[in-house]
Amino acid sequence: MTAFWAMLARELRLALRGGGDMLTLILFFVIVGAIVPFAVGPDRVLLARIAPGMVWIAAFLAMLLGLDRLFRPDHEDGSLILLRQADLPLSGVVAAKLAAHWLVSALPLIVASPFLALLLAMELDTFWRVLLSLLLGTPALAAFGAVGAAVTVSIRRGGLIAPILIAPLSIPVLIFGTGSITASQSGAAMLFLAALSLMAVALAPFAAALAISSGED
Amino acid sequence: MSMETTPKQSWWNRIAHPGQFVAWTRPLLWPLTILTAVLFVAGLWFAFFNSPEDYQMGDTVRIMYVHVPNAWLSQFVYGVMTVSALGTLVWRHPMADVSMKAAAPLGALFTALALFTGALWGRPTWGTFWEWDGRMTSTLVLLFIYLGIIALWRAFDDQLRAARVIAVFTLVGAVNIPIIKFSVDWWSTLHQPASVFRADGPRMPGSILTPLFVMFFAFTFLFLTLHLKAMHTEVKRRRVMTLQRKAAQGAGA
Repeated sequence: MTAFWAMLARELRLALRGGGDMLTLILFFVIVGAIVPFAVGPDRVLLARIAPGMVWIAAFLAMLLGLDRLFRPDHEDGSLILLRQADLPLSGVVAAKLAAHWLVSALPLIVASPFLALLLAMELDTFWRVLLSLLLGTPALAAFGAVGAAVTVSIRRGGLIAPILIAPLSIPVLIFGTGSITASQSGAAMLFLAALSLMAVALAPFAAALAISSGED
Repeated sequence: MSMETTPKQSWWNRIAHPGQFVAWTRPLLWPLTILTAVLFVAGLWFAFFNSPEDYQMGDTVRIMYVHVPNAWLSQFVYGVMTVSALGTLVWRHPMADVSMKAAAPLGALFTALALFTGALWGRPTWGTFWEWDGRMTSTLVLLFIYLGIIALWRAFDDQLRAARVIAVFTLVGAVNIPIIKFSVDWWSTLHQPASVFRADGPRMPGSILTPLFVMFFAFTFLFLTLHLKAMHTEVKRRRVMTLQRKAAQGAGA
């Protein structure tokens, strides 16, 4: 377990000291949301109706953006090969990276979501449900993202293919994520979202580790 | 590989050698082609001339004889790829790689045809080409997964390494198949629920069921024929690449 925490701390240190990656991500998230009123017109009623979906799309796109630095830097400087020899199994390394990825790329978006709610004229009680659905759903997005990043890490220009692979897998998350906001039975959708996240987070480290070790040798 | 030098070979090891696989399965190709052609002639004759019009849909019901087999194959081919992926990961069987790669474009084609014929059928019967209904959406997702897998195959330089990575992704993507299967039961929107493979027997008269089953086998054998041929082509393509690499090394030395 200490190896896991050490790995997690390393990832967080790298992310925090690496420069403005986190700020860029938040900026991207807010800008995607801010473009919407220009694209569909600044009608407050219409904006309020599509706001939850737009927040989800912005979050999905922003999380795709950060994927390429999940395994690629470690692959390029060779530390991924060293990590395979570590005491911690590769799936444990992936789990630590996944946790760190969620902390540095999903959590900031959730923190920044009030800005977007304001820009898109969202109602307050809708906003609370969006916040809860993002908290429940983003772990699944991160987990699918980790699988996609692991599959494409050994391809030189894999950063372009990973989103194509991940998007179809993420559709259920988006369905239940937005369903938990608009539908009257938001409780059931929230439970589905939580179940998806739990399952994806439990299985993704093993699938991603298998993909990495298959692609490396 | 040391397996091939052992004197007694099981059939399993014998087909593990790509060259031997081609030699063993080449005699199957012509019979399969002829069987497919015969089934198509019979099935199309049944479908066009010897099956009744539907009392509601009229002649458009005949689209079903093309649509349903394609929809079935879109899922069956993914099943073949999933089993091949297990073969690649668990037994590291070289022909499993080849099968997995050869099946992907065929699966994408059958899925696209299922969506296309479904749209053609949907327009006169439902009044719309497309509806965001559970089964259609999950089939569209399946098409995206196929296309993603094809893109992945093209992105890798080393095909042997690609096979194992893609096998992992194929297994992850397999979660979509049960979603497609049960989508009509979970979300009851436009698409009709299962009416052929039901626990209480099919819900169709025999006059419609017969052409459907003949077309169903015709398309399945079409897939088997094309898949085998594509596997032979893939084995040859790999051999050409190996020869080119050897030639290039020889020229460099």
